[in-house]
Amino acid sequence: MLSRVGETLYWVSRYIERAENVARLINVNNLLMMDLPKGVCTGWEPLIDIIGVRKAYSENHTDFTEQKALRYLLVGSDNSSSILNSITSARESARTIRDVIPRDVWEEINSLYYYVKDNQKEGITKRGRFDYLKKIIDSAHQIFGALDATINHDQGYVFIRFGSIIERADMTSRILDIRSATLITNEEEVKPFDNIQWISLLRSLSAYQMYRQEMGVRVQRADVIEFVMHSKVFPRSILFCMNELKALVLPLPNSTEIIKSIDDAIVELENKDVRVLKNGLLHDFIDEIQIDLAGIHNGLAETYFLKQAE
Amino acid sequence: MMDKVKECMKIDWKAYQTKGFFDELIDAQGNVRSHGTQLAQFFANLSAEELVKARAVADLAIKEMGITFTVYNEGNMIDRAWPFDIIPRTIGKKEWQSVEVGLKQRVEALNLFIDDLYHDQKIIKDGVFPKGLLEKSVNFRQQCVGINPPNKIWAHICGSDLVRDGSGTMYVLEDNLRVPSGVSYMLENRSVMKRVFPELFEQVSILPVDDYPSQLFDMLAAMSARPQDKPEVVVLTPGVFNSAYFEHCYLAQEMGCELVEGRDLVVEKDDCVYMRTITGLQRVDVIYRRIDDLFLDPEAFLPESQLGVPGLMRAWSKGNVALVNAPGAGVADDKVVYAYVPEMIKYYLGEEAKLANVPTFKCLDPKECDHVIKNIDKLVVKPANESGGYGLLIGPKSTKKEQEACIAQIKADPRNWVAQPTLDLSTVPTFDGNKPDGRHTDLRPFILSSGKDTQVTTGGLTRVAMVKGSLVVNSSQGGGSKDTWIVDEEAK
Repeated sequence: MLSRVGETLYWVSRYIERAENVARLINVNNLLMMDLPKGVCTGWEPLIDIIGVRKAYSENHTDFTEQKALRYLLVGSDNSSSILNSITSARESARTIRDVIPRDVWEEINSLYYYVKDNQKEGITKRGRFDYLKKIIDSAHQIFGALDATINHDQGYVFIRFGSIIERADMTSRILDIRSATLITNEEEVKPFDNIQWISLLRSLSAYQMYRQEMGVRVQRADVIEFVMHSKVFPRSILFCMNELKALVLPLPNSTEIIKSIDDAIVELENKDVRVLKNGLLHDFIDEIQIDLAGIHNGLAETYFLKQAE
Repeated sequence: MMDKVKECMKIDWKAYQTKGFFDELIDAQGNVRSHGTQLAQFFANLSAEELVKARAVADLAIKEMGITFTVYNEGNMIDRAWPFDIIPRTIGKKEWQSVEVGLKQRVEALNLFIDDLYHDQKIIKDGVFPKGLLEKSVNFRQQCVGINPPNKIWAHICGSDLVRDGSGTMYVLEDNLRVPSGVSYMLENRSVMKRVFPELFEQVSILPVDDYPSQLFDMLAAMSARPQDKPEVVVLTPGVFNSAYFEHCYLAQEMGCELVEGRDLVVEKDDCVYMRTITGLQRVDVIYRRIDDLFLDPEAFLPESQLGVPGLMRAWSKGNVALVNAPGAGVADDKVVYAYVPEMIKYYLGEEAKLANVPTFKCLDPKECDHVIKNIDKLVVKPANESGGYGLLIGPKSTKKEQEACIAQIKADPRNWVAQPTLDLSTVPTFDGNKPDGRHTDLRPFILSSGKDTQVTTGGLTRVAMVKGSLVVNSSQGGGSKDTWIVDEEAK
């Protein structure tokens, strides 16, 4: 496996995962806003924070109206994490390794790109939004499913999985960080709606059903945080993702260092009683997790990716 | 949709006009040629709705399969969908067999010629090929003199462009020996046709084309210097911005070998080539390179090249890696050298050329140059070393000003120019709006030579000038393509 190809596979899958996560996030926010009374509604602003583009957004926007924020999240050309930009990057990267990607997978990525681009109006309208986003999520699942079922499960596959899972862990931590922050500050006044907001957090991670099955308790703050951070069985929990990352790199050559950095992150995460973390402390801890994730990415790049011209 | 259907009529071949050209499907009397009867019948039986649908299915297939080509100077636009016409071009199997023989003969002579030029230059000493021509050739590589590539083959892959004139005679228009492209489109055109008209393939005996990638791989593997079961064969691409990038990917994928860029490769102290993998360096035996000579190796050629691999020529000259096509093979593909191919065939093989050359005036010869300048409005004038239709002057379609500019260029460097009579290129029925209309066409078959055997694709890539009356078929200049059928009329 060429280093350049391994690196590209990693990014293709990371971009698709990102597009899927952003689509899911918008969808859930959309549904949540229908349930919340106007006065307490947090609108679209938190989403801009979750994907970490507030600064870039503020350069060209003065408010967070639905039209503007949505356009920015879906197809904003100045938003590196917009769905369209993620899919475009995935497609452009995939083009450079078309020889290693199964034909069907390439065709699906290609069709998804045209779909997102040609139907962007649908995504902005209230009526078309749900179908537009659902199609993106379905298509991402189809791409990963087709990859899983048709590509050789060799080293290249490790990079595909790694890109997807590290992005997933990153997104889970971001969602938890921003959502809980906005929720907690308003704790008293929004009491009646507290519950549905935590449910919405779970839903943006597709975690609601699994939470019910696994935790067997009503939806409440401490348990939700525990579940999305520490669950050993839910595939989007941060701990689950980190264990996955470790299992993935174990069979790779020269992986001692990166395994150590993942191990350290796991120990740090496992030993933390996250249930009791309040506002600031939770945020600080999530910061640490994100730094760990960045470190894991750098370790991978350092060891396996193509070095810039020596 | 309904409006479109109303506009689109069923095909009536009786109404098709050949307008005095040789048409590939319909003869001068308006009858369908024997190799096209089943095809013509099939299309005539399609309803207007079916025709509209078929064209939509083809367009969608091309978009979804991501069959693209790249055009330079388009800003952000990296790739465009491949323009495709759904009416195949047919050729009878008997005629094709004789074309095949002619192509093999031609490529054999070209390889002998290249090897001779880089060694004893007997053909020059014997006065058959002018020494002055070689001295001025921009594709002759001093770095290749005295090198012996495996089996003495330099042009392993040759793409020769064939055209017919008004009488239907098949001519070779040019040979592409550097990095000929287009074969992936030949293969993709067939797979699009299979998606669009699966039933047609049951009715007509069409010779298959799918074998090409495995033939290509076998030829490449046979060039390896290390005798072993699985030689490491790679395809070297300049990268995603190259106009033929789609093809590089396609061929690597079909052959199951790595597609590499220059930065993936390194020549180590042992003068062997390695690729950088996630497990470390791995030896490479054969490089199917799709980068022009001058960019291959900054140590040997252009020092500023970012695309190549430093030391590659060193590794090649020591026989540690095979380069396909060999560097320097382009010396035989310029348009002046082309004029001497019939003489080469006679000189090296003692045979008459079985496929005709288009009569070619060489501006190098003062008399012929004079003729070209006087008749420039009737001739097609070509620079020796451009490809893709760039720099071409089509006399009858040019303005006085363009002609004068061209004459000035010829006078400045006569060696660099040749001219040919404008051929009444044959036409082939091609959809124009709602009905088929004749469009000029050529054909590029590909010839693989390993030194042990030579193989020719069944048919090749048919290109058509999509613009009415145009003679330029290059995709970079608005050309399109269609599937090419070699039809076995005797098969039942």
